[in-house]
Amino acid sequence: MLKITNLVKRYGNGEPVLKDLDLMIEGESVVSIIGSSGAGKSTLLRCINRLVEPTSGSIELNGNELTKLKGRQLRTARRKIGMVFQGFNLVDRLTVMENVQSGRLGYISTWAAVTRSYPKEDIRRAFELMERVGIAHYANKRADELSGGERQRVGVVRALMQNPEILLADEPTASLDPKTSEQIMELLRNLAAELKLPVLINIHNVTEAKIYTDRIVGMRYGRIIFDDKPDALDKEAMDKIYSGNPQADRNQNMLETA
Amino acid sequence: MSEVRDHWQKPPFIANTALRWLVYGGAIAYFLWVGATMPINWVRVSEGIGRAGQIFGGAFPPSFERSGLLIDGFLESLKIALLATAGGVILSIPIAFMAARNIVPLPVYYIGRAIIIIARSFHPVIVAIIFVKSVGFGPFAGVLTLIVYSIGFVAKMLAERIEEIDFGQVEAMRAAGAPYLSTLFYAIFPQIMPRQIGLAIYQLDSNLRASAVVGLVGAGGIGATLANAFGRYDYDFALAITIVIVGVILISEGISGQIRKRIG
Repeated sequence: MLKITNLVKRYGNGEPVLKDLDLMIEGESVVSIIGSSGAGKSTLLRCINRLVEPTSGSIELNGNELTKLKGRQLRTARRKIGMVFQGFNLVDRLTVMENVQSGRLGYISTWAAVTRSYPKEDIRRAFELMERVGIAHYANKRADELSGGERQRVGVVRALMQNPEILLADEPTASLDPKTSEQIMELLRNLAAELKLPVLINIHNVTEAKIYTDRIVGMRYGRIIFDDKPDALDKEAMDKIYSGNPQADRNQNMLETA
Repeated sequence: MSEVRDHWQKPPFIANTALRWLVYGGAIAYFLWVGATMPINWVRVSEGIGRAGQIFGGAFPPSFERSGLLIDGFLESLKIALLATAGGVILSIPIAFMAARNIVPLPVYYIGRAIIIIARSFHPVIVAIIFVKSVGFGPFAGVLTLIVYSIGFVAKMLAERIEEIDFGQVEAMRAAGAPYLSTLFYAIFPQIMPRQIGLAIYQLDSNLRASAVVGLVGAGGIGATLANAFGRYDYDFALAITIVIVGVILISEGISGQIRKRIG
């Protein structure tokens, strides 16, 4: 269970990007976060695994408070949070297998990592997962030889190698064509069900969000203004999520406080 | 009726007329003054022309009689260059990481940059003189000199490459909970490896050239052979050495250029 309370993120002295945000994700649900660019979707996701440092508030994953962790404890916590990126973030010059195994770097020693002496069970698990997403025959290919869809599959397998308790996906399909994009969304949904894994997906494509996820969270300028089943997302809710600009939002803030 | 505007002139480099004439006039006056006050003894220059004639006269035809000495000198230069490149490149890697702003904390960055600046600020000949004084004449001083020289160049270029990496790959390793060193080996090394190899090959070529120069001040190799030939007024042998140096440098430059083109 992921429980976020009063989360605030502010860069410098500017307007906060996340404003007192609360969010709870229970069970194995696939949750999508929608909202226009600059709404804070990416920041929210990156606060969870602390790629971005939250300013204040609390993030608990299965009872473990993440915001206070440092050094080794933080790394141990991160192992349990898988992440899939928009630009895949694969190491282009390494093989697919090395990329997949890089999901285990938090578990194995640097020496084992450098000498590529991966544990037998990790190799077995890697082949199983690669087989599952259809990239096992690419194990020895360099990552930059693969197509976009294949690369994102490597990204998904890498995240799953971590044996995560939750999977974060930051615009996982934004760099892909529509067809491949649907395949990846379907893959994420099916894997979540198979592995009983909660998944949190930032996504621009509202149609895909409606089809492939169990719950939609709508963000606007650092706040959650919609949180319901996909069916409840009607025209009115959409307009509310995608309307306005930061300036108007700030003015409205001032009116409210006045 | 409005005037037809058909005249345009580029605005002067310095807008203020008085300041402009002052700057230009000052620069010309300074050059004239430097030329006039430079201590040039024309009598000695005219005597020198005769001496130069003697040297060039003595140098022709070049003598390859003592080619054994020449080959020994070159093999020593090659050894110096190889050792210095290996040592310099290996030492450059950690220094380059220390000097890359995007992966180390600020104090470490300053230390890394300081090492590079110090290594770069002295010409190899000056470094060679210091090492010859401290470890004595011979190739070891040459190796140490060229290690410093290599660090100055390789570490600087490599640090700049590290600062240009795709940080997303580093982020992915961090997100997986990878420790610092594992992150370096997986996310950064693969990205900088082609540049690293290119720099090493370029530096080997550059060190071979520099080893001839530092040899002149006693740091071994072909430069030492050349200095001895001059000291003994064997101008024909000196010319032979010079010809071979130019030839070898051209060849090594060609080879290193080819290799760098292939891997680039």
